[in-house]
Amino acid sequence: MFIINCPYCGERDQTEFSCGGEAHIERPKQPTELSDDQWAEYLFMRKNIKGVQFERWNHAHGCRKWFNIIRDTSNDNIHAVYKMGEKPPVK
Amino acid sequence: MSKNLRINKNNFIDQTTRISFKFNGQQLFGYKGDTLASALLANNIHLVGRSFKYHRPRGIMTCGSEEPNAIVQIGNDSSLTDPNVRATEIELYEGLEASSQNCWPSVNFDIGGINNFLSPLLPAGFYYKTFMWPASFWEKYEYFIRHSAGLGKAPTKSDPDIYDHQYSHCDVLVVGGGISGIISAKLSAEKGLDTFLIDDKNFLGGSTIYQENEAYKINDIYSNEWLAKEIKSLKNYPNLIIKNRTSLAAFHGYNYLLARENLTDHLSISDRKNKIRQRLWKIRAKKVIIASGSIERPLIFSNNDRPGIILSSSIKKYIDYYGVKTGENISLFTNNDSAYETAISLNKSGVKVNIIVDIRKNSESLIVKEALDLGLKVLWESTVVETQGYKKIKSFEVMKLSEDGNNVIGNKTKHNCDCLGISGGWTPMVHLFTQSGGKLKFRNEDNVFIPDQDKTPPNQISVGSCNGEFKLDEIVTRTIKNLKSFLDLSKTCYDEMKINCPEEKSKRNIWLLPSDKPIGKTKPFLDFQNDSTAKDVKLALREGFKSIEHVKRYTTTGMGTDQGKLSNMHALGIIADTTGTNMGELGTTTFRPPYTPLTFGAIVGRNVGEFFDHTRKTAIHNWHVKNNAEFENVGQWKRPWYFPKNGENMHQAVQRESKAARNSAGILDASTLGKIDIQGTDVSEFLNRVYTNAWSKLEIGKCRYGLMLNEDGMVYDDGVTTRLGENHYIMTTTTGGAANVLSKLEDYLQTEWPELDVYLTTVTDQYSTISICGPNSKNIISKIVPSLDLSDSNFPHMSFKNIKISNVNCRIMRISFTGEHSYEINIQSNYAEDLWIKCMEAGKEFNLTPYGTETMHLLRAEKGFIITGQDTDGTLTPSDLQMDWIIGKKKFDFIGKRSLYRSDTIREDRKQLVGLLTDDPKEVLEEGAQLVENINTKPVEMLGHVTSSYFSPNLNKSIALAVVKSGKKLKGKKLIVPMENKNINVTITDTVFYDKENKRLNA
Repeated sequence: MFIINCPYCGERDQTEFSCGGEAHIERPKQPTELSDDQWAEYLFMRKNIKGVQFERWNHAHGCRKWFNIIRDTSNDNIHAVYKMGEKPPVK
Repeated sequence: MSKNLRINKNNFIDQTTRISFKFNGQQLFGYKGDTLASALLANNIHLVGRSFKYHRPRGIMTCGSEEPNAIVQIGNDSSLTDPNVRATEIELYEGLEASSQNCWPSVNFDIGGINNFLSPLLPAGFYYKTFMWPASFWEKYEYFIRHSAGLGKAPTKSDPDIYDHQYSHCDVLVVGGGISGIISAKLSAEKGLDTFLIDDKNFLGGSTIYQENEAYKINDIYSNEWLAKEIKSLKNYPNLIIKNRTSLAAFHGYNYLLARENLTDHLSISDRKNKIRQRLWKIRAKKVIIASGSIERPLIFSNNDRPGIILSSSIKKYIDYYGVKTGENISLFTNNDSAYETAISLNKSGVKVNIIVDIRKNSESLIVKEALDLGLKVLWESTVVETQGYKKIKSFEVMKLSEDGNNVIGNKTKHNCDCLGISGGWTPMVHLFTQSGGKLKFRNEDNVFIPDQDKTPPNQISVGSCNGEFKLDEIVTRTIKNLKSFLDLSKTCYDEMKINCPEEKSKRNIWLLPSDKPIGKTKPFLDFQNDSTAKDVKLALREGFKSIEHVKRYTTTGMGTDQGKLSNMHALGIIADTTGTNMGELGTTTFRPPYTPLTFGAIVGRNVGEFFDHTRKTAIHNWHVKNNAEFENVGQWKRPWYFPKNGENMHQAVQRESKAARNSAGILDASTLGKIDIQGTDVSEFLNRVYTNAWSKLEIGKCRYGLMLNEDGMVYDDGVTTRLGENHYIMTTTTGGAANVLSKLEDYLQTEWPELDVYLTTVTDQYSTISICGPNSKNIISKIVPSLDLSDSNFPHMSFKNIKISNVNCRIMRISFTGEHSYEINIQSNYAEDLWIKCMEAGKEFNLTPYGTETMHLLRAEKGFIITGQDTDGTLTPSDLQMDWIIGKKKFDFIGKRSLYRSDTIREDRKQLVGLLTDDPKEVLEEGAQLVENINTKPVEMLGHVTSSYFSPNLNKSIALAVVKSGKKLKGKKLIVPMENKNINVTITDTVFYDKENKRLNA
């Protein structure tokens, strides 16, 4: 169980947070113009990487804010934490 | 049996305090400070249990948590009895009652012992191979297998003990209070770090504390005296917390550890009252120092499992620490120097050491010389090939080893003994290190797996013998050196150390010792608890098992409650030898938490009974209780289900409540509905995006029903939202969906639509909701709020008013979930019960009837209103529910819109919501029952299932809702509901059964 440095609250135990899956999947601005395949790509397809992954997390039992983290799913090392709307600090 | 094997000299046992206890019904005595094992040995009792498979007599083999054999049942109280307790760990207390496990009728005469003679017929995998056929017989086999095998008996009643959880956020956690742990704790505390030291024993100092030998010296004093002084000095550090009787259970990633502290198991039963039994520590440490030590290995030779065969270091602890002789004619069998320490200790205590069998060619070390000087006889380059004695070892046979160690040569000599000490070297306890993610490396020179420095997770270090340092001088100097860099220390109190240690690291390792008999004729036990032998491991390899994880499971080696602490290394060694693999490449099986078994009590802590989950009660709950409500759990809420009167059953109560609500008036506590207060300048745009219908034109003071979808187009939640002011709305959600809806809306607001000026606040608990429905509801409300004009023109259906009741601000909505003329009052929760009572008084003349969730469900089903989560299951679109009218087709977008015309969602043969009427109006369908058209074709095609079903007292017939393939087109079609002993004929109908014209809303 790792520790997440919430950008609003500071370091807290992982149990206070919930993971919202892959980050930077933007909701299409005009879904009605997409084909079934394009919409399915947005709706269902997620990478689920073993390794460095960009993820959305929510401080569910804290400030309830959403933010992004870059996490290595193989060892839970967190490379960066950044707020919603911000550019990822490292690639 | 009554022989006393206690010697008088020792500093650790309080021989003035006698403690009485019972073992298998026999009254015995020990002393304060004893473990059950040491007290039994002092009473000359070795035989404590029977083995798992062959029911062989087994005795105490160790003195610690690695004990495989001496596991007993403590107590016989049906709620307090404790199975599978290691006799070597349980501290003796007044009145302790222990008994042997896995034997019948008694440990001395066990019928299952016949398995021992059948053992040639019971090889590894016997059960897998034999009971496979015929498959249908398994249940019969299982009955007998379960009765003949098994460990202790679980308590049958609930546990009355109190368990606790506590967090620690320390700078440094030191695991283990042996010499390296003490040095670590002192260095850490000296630097001013908040330090937490835990040890599973009731004393500190590990094995060094009773090592009284002039050859072992630190700074010119005996090592045990030096360590005692160091332990004493720990008291001077207020920043150091020491927890004895605390065992580390698990080391998770990022220095999160669980430890179990035993608080009362060592007290007499009467002293335990109202005390916490165990505490689970949840430790998040900045740095962790593992000083978990090492355990001695047995040697693997034929019949090495007899009672009286004990690890040599344990014999030493029993004599030096507990003052207990494990025998009076002891011999030792070793492959390294540590057995000589035992020999010297025994000799000093006046116990005869007959011979030492050593598989090495010789040893030059000082300690061996000391033993020889004492006149001890050593048989070099020899091995024990066989032992005798059924319930206790009587003798053993020795032969010379060949030059390469693969065979035995020469004549066999037989030696009598009543105890044989064995020492196969030491295994570092790397369990915690690997649990935390560390990787091991194999050190060939002494055949041990040790932590790989380069593959150690950050902020932890292993010190002492768990790091592969076995000699006193190595342990002390390397611990200090490594900690200097780990804790960033410049000068320490340990900078000038002088250490004398007479041992050498010389060791000769032979995993499976040779015998003069072929392997099929010997019984070299590897895993003592699970009765697996070297033979079984070899058989598994011959049968094609290659992975050590597979061999482990096939032979059950290392799968007992001791998790193979003694057996695993030998199993690996034999696999490596047999397959010609290097042990480093072979690796180890996975070390999983917990290190020693945890009680369920410690895991759940205080979260039992009513604390297991939150219970949410409405502000009117007490009134419901007083008025005999039966309750239903809806999520965490307790909701009144129905209010039985005069011994009514549920059906009778619901029929009465439903009739009253339609004929006059009913009252419902609807407080559990989720309520979200929404404010901001963009709320109408926000609602447009989250609901399927249009919200832009909702006027202030008006209410609207909305349906919420997931992005996949499936119905997620529904509820009424009211516009309270220009930029102020209140949304209601389903009871169960409240928290999820709020989270989902927050997610969209924060991540997809941050540009919207919208703020969400949950007010579910702050407001209570009282719903009054029925033709007389208007009359009742006019009595409660006389000033309010209730005319349809002033207060029409789907509108709201701010009102005052007894000077309390309330909101009243005219909305209906029953199809009746109906009002909902939202009031601050602390006034809710008072208002409820007022309503009941005002409604008395109209037979105002309180009703619960069951009647609510029935009334809405009569109207064909869905309940999300009952009639929907996350696979139905609005169109499937025949609710196309609620989709704002002209809207640019809303959550889930695009999914409504995916190829799958526009299929016409999707399951769709329909009404059902049974041909026999009295027949009530079962919810979940399947619907079919033709019962005779095979396989029978399932067309759908019943989602809601009731007997409607207002229609005097059975009604149901169901989802059916292509249901929309099938109105009037006859279907069959096949049940266990009959087929029920039904007809598909419209979903609305009652008041199709909605006349009653304005009645």
